[in-house]
Amino acid sequence: MADIARDMDISSPGRSESYELRLKRRNATERRFRMYGVIAITLAISALAVLLITIVSKGSSAFTQAHILAEVFFDPAEIDPDGTGDMKVIAKGNYALLAKRSLYDLFPEVEGRRDKRALTRIMSSGTDLQLRDMVLDDPSLIGTTQPVWLLASDDVDMLWKGHISRDVPESDRPISDQQVAWLDQLAEQGQVDRFFSTRFFSSGDSREPELAGIWGAVVGSFWTMMVCLLLTVPVGVMSAIYLEEFAPKNRWTDLVEVNINNLAAVPSIVFGLLGLAVFLNFFGFPRSAPLVGGMVLALMTLPTIIIAGRAAIKAVPPSIREAALGVGASKMQVVLHHVLPLAMPGMMTGTIIGMAQALGETAPLLMIGMVAFIVDIPGGPLDAATALPVQIYIWADSPERAFVEKTSAAIMILLGFLITMNAVAVFLRKRFERRW
Amino acid sequence: MAAVEMEQPEEALDAKITGRGVNVFYGPKQAIFDVDIDIKEHQVTAFIGPSGCGKSTFLRCLNRMNDTIDICRVEGDIRIEGHDIYGKSVDVVQLRTRVGMVFQKPNPFPKSIYENVAYGPRIHGMVQNKAALDEVVEKSLIRAGLFDEIKDRLDQPGTGISGGQQQRLCIARAIAINPEVILMDEPCSALDPIATAKIEELIDDLRAQYTIVIVTHNMQQAARVSQKTAFFHLGELVEFDDTEQIFTNPSEERTQDYITGRFG
Ligand SMILES: Nc1ncnc2c1ncn2[C@@H]1O[C@H](COP(=O)(O)OP(=O)(O)OP(=O)(O)O)[C@@H](O)[C@H]1O
Ligand SMILES: [Mg+2]
Repeated sequence: MADIARDMDISSPGRSESYELRLKRRNATERRFRMYGVIAITLAISALAVLLITIVSKGSSAFTQAHILAEVFFDPAEIDPDGTGDMKVIAKGNYALLAKRSLYDLFPEVEGRRDKRALTRIMSSGTDLQLRDMVLDDPSLIGTTQPVWLLASDDVDMLWKGHISRDVPESDRPISDQQVAWLDQLAEQGQVDRFFSTRFFSSGDSREPELAGIWGAVVGSFWTMMVCLLLTVPVGVMSAIYLEEFAPKNRWTDLVEVNINNLAAVPSIVFGLLGLAVFLNFFGFPRSAPLVGGMVLALMTLPTIIIAGRAAIKAVPPSIREAALGVGASKMQVVLHHVLPLAMPGMMTGTIIGMAQALGETAPLLMIGMVAFIVDIPGGPLDAATALPVQIYIWADSPERAFVEKTSAAIMILLGFLITMNAVAVFLRKRFERRW
Repeated sequence: MAAVEMEQPEEALDAKITGRGVNVFYGPKQAIFDVDIDIKEHQVTAFIGPSGCGKSTFLRCLNRMNDTIDICRVEGDIRIEGHDIYGKSVDVVQLRTRVGMVFQKPNPFPKSIYENVAYGPRIHGMVQNKAALDEVVEKSLIRAGLFDEIKDRLDQPGTGISGGQQQRLCIARAIAINPEVILMDEPCSALDPIATAKIEELIDDLRAQYTIVIVTHNMQQAARVSQKTAFFHLGELVEFDDTEQIFTNPSEERTQDYITGRFG
């Protein structure tokens, strides 16, 4: 060997000057390369930070809600005139009038229909439900006078949060000088305040921003994801196993493979159109239902899950398969006892990432009618529902100023779910990763 | 050809494995050409030959491991105790319980040492209860000469022991299902001389009970452990005879050249 080196006149490294120069240049290139990487990462992180900061700063105020304190007389004459005590009667009481009266009592000097209307506008149109729920919870309130924090209207809420300026001319804001004066008067006596809004987390959508909540969309998304998961996991895992372990390698399987990869790249709205044409129009499944949403999203996520599953199966070393075959395990035993357990973490990660993708998907759901305005919390996969990203879309499209912060808050919640799912994926990968 | 003339027809009678006119193809490429061979019971038969000559290919025909390679096609007749192992009625899984295999690279399952050995007996339902399984595992490990070294860490991963121990674990795993034949494809090529010596010793012990076929690149190893040696070259079985004969007085020039290191 030494002879060869001498014959070929290879200079020993580290001796000649040109070598030193080259070494220096190579080190400089390497440093520069690393720096590009750092710059790229910094850019990405700052973009993410800007996104998060804007959303949080815009959306965090949505978690509180302005309320007005008033003395409400739960007048038996308006609630249950005959004193039946029947819940059905009580539920039909004229609570809107009770709420209005409590405001008139605060400002006895207000006269005339117009002014009285303006006064009642400072509270939410949902206060009647608020009072009704109180009475249904505790019927003994009937006949008593109680201090109640009435839900303020969205305009008051916006004024209190500073999203509506007092400095602009009266005609340019949705709240009149007179109303502002009333509010200021109340505020002086500590009768206007902001509270954490549990309603936002517990109710469905509403035309009134102060009544609108995210729960309906969360439940809709939950059912959609459930349907999607139940469809994709068995089909995806079985397809991946079959293609990787059992299918003969011929032109047909090549074709299948190419098409699966193609499907993964098809724009999601196309799946929505397919769902509309096939599931709704042909099979006649219910419109706006999580069942159909889940099916459409399943079509969309399947390629992702199959591809991830195949990659996970491929990563299992062939020596393990040979070992198992060598002791007389059947093909199925090899797969079930050895390949699947080793491929599982990878498959689960792929599934979760696919689900996270599906959770954030809007376009296909628009096509199958999950964009409808739905107030009720869906009770199952067949009820009409929206999903989180669609709710964001609906709110972002609403003209009321108060929906702006709701939009950001909904985005925060969606991001929360996505981050959790991805964290779980990372955790699973770390936890179950096996070495061989 | 020469290999055919060498075989005495009467030898076939007491052979454990007989191959007649075996051809193996990978797609259009032929890897084994018309091999006839008789492998006797309770003997160690060594396959030697230069790299790529088809030793592994032929070995893998004996437990139909080549079935797992899509493009691989086997022609000819291979019989174990007179039964055609490529026959229609043969169950591959059952064949592999009779013909165990140990691979070149130690490949324990990423499970505990105990599970590695217990896996075979368990899937074949060879034991009725836990106590019987424990016994099989212990016996196999003892026979593989591994038990004393690892007896108090049976529950630890089989991938966490040394390479030589892993290979003996793989041998224990192979003998746990009580095969008749054990095929070994360069079982010592990833091991140091001490671990190799242990395995060679083990092979010699196992001969009493099993029929062993071993592929090796190590001429001394073939000379030490085997009674019969087969020399393959370019997919042909050039010479097959008693080991002593092959190493002292080969009848073929190519064998002579190979064992004296003139090529390969
Ligand atoms: N899976 C395969 N696909 C295609 N050709 C193969 C395959 N396996 C082996 N071959 C070819 O068959 C021939 C014999 O290979 P084989 O592995 O049996 O050689 P070997 O004698 O075991 O060599 P080595 O000593 O290097 O292990 C070689 O030419 C090889 O290229
Ligand atoms: Mg080989």
